[in-house]
Amino acid sequence: MDSVGNIIVYFAVAILLLVFSIMAVTAKKILRAATYLLFVLIGTAIFYFQMGYQFLGAVQIAVYAGGIMVLFVFAILLTNKPNEKDQAGNSHRKLWGFLVSATSFVLLLFALFYMPLIHGYSLVECLSASNMITMHDIGVAFTGGEKFQYLLPFEAISVLLLACIIGGVTIARKD
Amino acid sequence: MEVIIPILILAFPLFTFLLLGLCGMKMSHKVAGFIGIAMLGTTAVLAYIVACTYFFSGDPAFIFEGVRQQYQVFDVTWLAFTQTLVVKIGFLLDPISALMLVVITTISFMVHLYSWGYMEGEPGFQRYYAFLSLFTFSMLGLVVATNIFQMYIFWELVGVSSYLLIGFFYRLPSAVSASKKAFIVTRFADLGFLIGILLLSYYTDTFNFVELTQNPEIVLGTTGGATYMGASVLTWAMVLIFSGGMGKSAMMPLHIWLPDAMEGPTPVSALIHAATMVVAGVYLVARLFPLYCVVDFSLTFICCVGAITAFYAAMVACAQTDIKRILAFSTISQIAFMMVSIGVAYDKPIEGVHYSGLGYMAGMFHLFTHAMFKALLFLGAGALIHAVHSNEYTAMGGLRKYMPITHWTFLIGCLAIAGIWPFAGFFSKDEMLAAMFQRHWFWGAWMTMVAGLTSFYMFRLYFLVFWGEENPHYKEHKPHDAPWQMSVPLILLAGVSICAGWIHFGEFVTWNGKPYEIHIEAPVAFTSLLVAVVGIALAAIMYMKKNTIPEKFKNAWPALWQAANRRFYWDEIYMFITHKIIFNIICKSIAWFDRHVIDATMDGFAKVTQNVSYRIRGMQSGEVQSYVGWYITGAVVIAAIAWLCFA
Amino acid sequence: MDLSMLWYLVPSVLMFVCGIYGFMTRKNLIAILISLELMLNSADLNFVIFNRYLYPGSMEGMVFTLFAIALAAAETAVAIAIIINIYRAVGNTDINEVKQMRF
Repeated sequence: MDSVGNIIVYFAVAILLLVFSIMAVTAKKILRAATYLLFVLIGTAIFYFQMGYQFLGAVQIAVYAGGIMVLFVFAILLTNKPNEKDQAGNSHRKLWGFLVSATSFVLLLFALFYMPLIHGYSLVECLSASNMITMHDIGVAFTGGEKFQYLLPFEAISVLLLACIIGGVTIARKD
Repeated sequence: MEVIIPILILAFPLFTFLLLGLCGMKMSHKVAGFIGIAMLGTTAVLAYIVACTYFFSGDPAFIFEGVRQQYQVFDVTWLAFTQTLVVKIGFLLDPISALMLVVITTISFMVHLYSWGYMEGEPGFQRYYAFLSLFTFSMLGLVVATNIFQMYIFWELVGVSSYLLIGFFYRLPSAVSASKKAFIVTRFADLGFLIGILLLSYYTDTFNFVELTQNPEIVLGTTGGATYMGASVLTWAMVLIFSGGMGKSAMMPLHIWLPDAMEGPTPVSALIHAATMVVAGVYLVARLFPLYCVVDFSLTFICCVGAITAFYAAMVACAQTDIKRILAFSTISQIAFMMVSIGVAYDKPIEGVHYSGLGYMAGMFHLFTHAMFKALLFLGAGALIHAVHSNEYTAMGGLRKYMPITHWTFLIGCLAIAGIWPFAGFFSKDEMLAAMFQRHWFWGAWMTMVAGLTSFYMFRLYFLVFWGEENPHYKEHKPHDAPWQMSVPLILLAGVSICAGWIHFGEFVTWNGKPYEIHIEAPVAFTSLLVAVVGIALAAIMYMKKNTIPEKFKNAWPALWQAANRRFYWDEIYMFITHKIIFNIICKSIAWFDRHVIDATMDGFAKVTQNVSYRIRGMQSGEVQSYVGWYITGAVVIAAIAWLCFA
Repeated sequence: MDLSMLWYLVPSVLMFVCGIYGFMTRKNLIAILISLELMLNSADLNFVIFNRYLYPGSMEGMVFTLFAIALAAAETAVAIAIIINIYRAVGNTDINEVKQMRF
């Protein structure tokens, strides 16, 4: 039995996610769409906190809601004239998009409710003290080469980011 | 014996070929010619060393208790397909291969030297020498082959070089078609050769000549009495192998390529189409002689083919106007002579008479002498053509005063081929005729008649060219003897043609390696000499002075003359068979099938693919969003299907 | 009332189909990128949810999400660089302008 507070927070965030997701993909102005995306990302971060992943939630807010959103906003300001609206695609394309997404939604929900595995656990049961992940655990996991330790992907990501910096600069700079 | 010298004998001409073929165009004519001649001279010297060592050293490896041995200098594995199917390359020394080494290198050297004068200034001079070297290499490889498959490989190489040299003047359509004809006809014959080789080696498990010929009875045993269409497998194999020889040696009915091969440069005709390559068939039969002996039918077959060809070619040679063609038919006739001679040889007693392989020895003897005087005649003909720039005897006549060297050497060649004592041809021809008479009087009589015809047509040629009326063109363009490069080979070969008969050939080359004492059989010798003289006399009466006798003969049997002139319509028969029957009936239907069934199927695939892709290419619209739509639709469909199937 | 796994998965699915819809209907390249981020975010959320509920003692899902965030940052940076380049080339960021890769 989860606490009432948790349930309230859950519903608030779930509704927020639902509303802002839809608004993010339907908003006429790009800047607004980006803002709604920011809310969605923050909502997701709240879910992470709720599930006991404090570090992940912090990263979500710092990198995603902070860094990537700034990139988006800069890009929008660079490429869009103020007050310009994004004309939606033609109705044919809209209908098709709606059909495809509705079908996949139905299919996915059907899959969710059909799977027996996902019933019966409550968040409280999973959130026992022994399951909490401390910063120390994460640090050890990221700097070791043993089983369930991630030094190599960590380094690979750093190289990838470096390549991405160089690539981004090369592509976007004026010739 | 050192292994290095035999290897060098093969390596020098090959190296020359590669050198001249790859870098020849960078050299001047003089340098290329000099390289060719020098390398071939070296090869000739090495070949003489090898042959002399073989014949005279008395080494027990070569001659053991008076019997000449077959000695494999080396025999290395070249291609090992399986445990049992192994192709080897080696160098076999025995009397006939040593003999052929001498013949080939001598003639080839003469021709190399002669060509320096004859081909002077021709475009492609270097290429010509490269091809000559290739030919010499292949022919040497052929004669020293230790196994029948090596022989086959070099056999084909010889065919290729012959093709290249016949078509040397590749701008002339006639030369091109002649080279194609030669190649196709001999290739066709070689198909039989290959089948024969496979048959033989399938039953005997070996390609090796020594193993095959040492114990022919065992070979006969291994075929296990298997028969096909009434004849034993061994008979089939030997006849099929002989068919390869028929192609190369221009036996009827596969002779049609040789007259056309005269389109090549004349020295090439002397080397390849008179002295060396065309006797490869004779050499092949001689090489496998013990096997031929155990299957009587194949020897009789060789005899018949040879006898018919000899007579036919002699008849045709009497009615030709092109001097090279006359010599070509003469070559066919003489090779057929050798074939008959080997065909009548037997090593076993028949009705109490022991034949002791005399015909074999005589045939090889004639091969040797014929190579010398026929090369001489061809080179002489080359000198004539060089002087008057025509192949037709009508452009010649009365040349003896203008070209004394050519005249005398040509006369010596004619006397040699006619078989006049003491020239080389007399001795070899006498031995052959003696062997034929020994076998059966019919063969002897028949071939004596051919010998008479030989002397007739050779002296017809001689008198028409060197006697009779002078051609009026001589006033504008005075013919003269050829330069020294051409005269020297003529004189040398004339010398050989005079002396070669006195060699005690029986001491060197016999079928079983034991020496054979040659003794002139007076009745046979007298008859053949008489016939030859009668032939010469007839020719002298008819052609020495211009008169009307030839015209009268011609008009008496116009059909016969016409037929002989047209070579008894063999080419027309071939044209009829190939064009009318094969091309029209078989090939056209095959072509129809190819075009309308096979091609149409493939075209259909292509068209269907093209049409379908044209229809569906709209999907590749460049709109990323529709791709995503299709992608997700596909994913949903797959998920749904998976669900329905596995849930 | 338990907050079971399903409760968290449903908003994630919703986010995902919103992403699909946006990706297929928006015209502006940046808006499409925003839809893409939505889908990616929902996938990240799924990793975490499954990690928490099915393997509460381990942290693989979380680590995967961490890396996915880093990758998303990289991907967004490059994508925006490309979009800016397109903008320079054609003057706007309409996806209908970039259809050259067709038959």
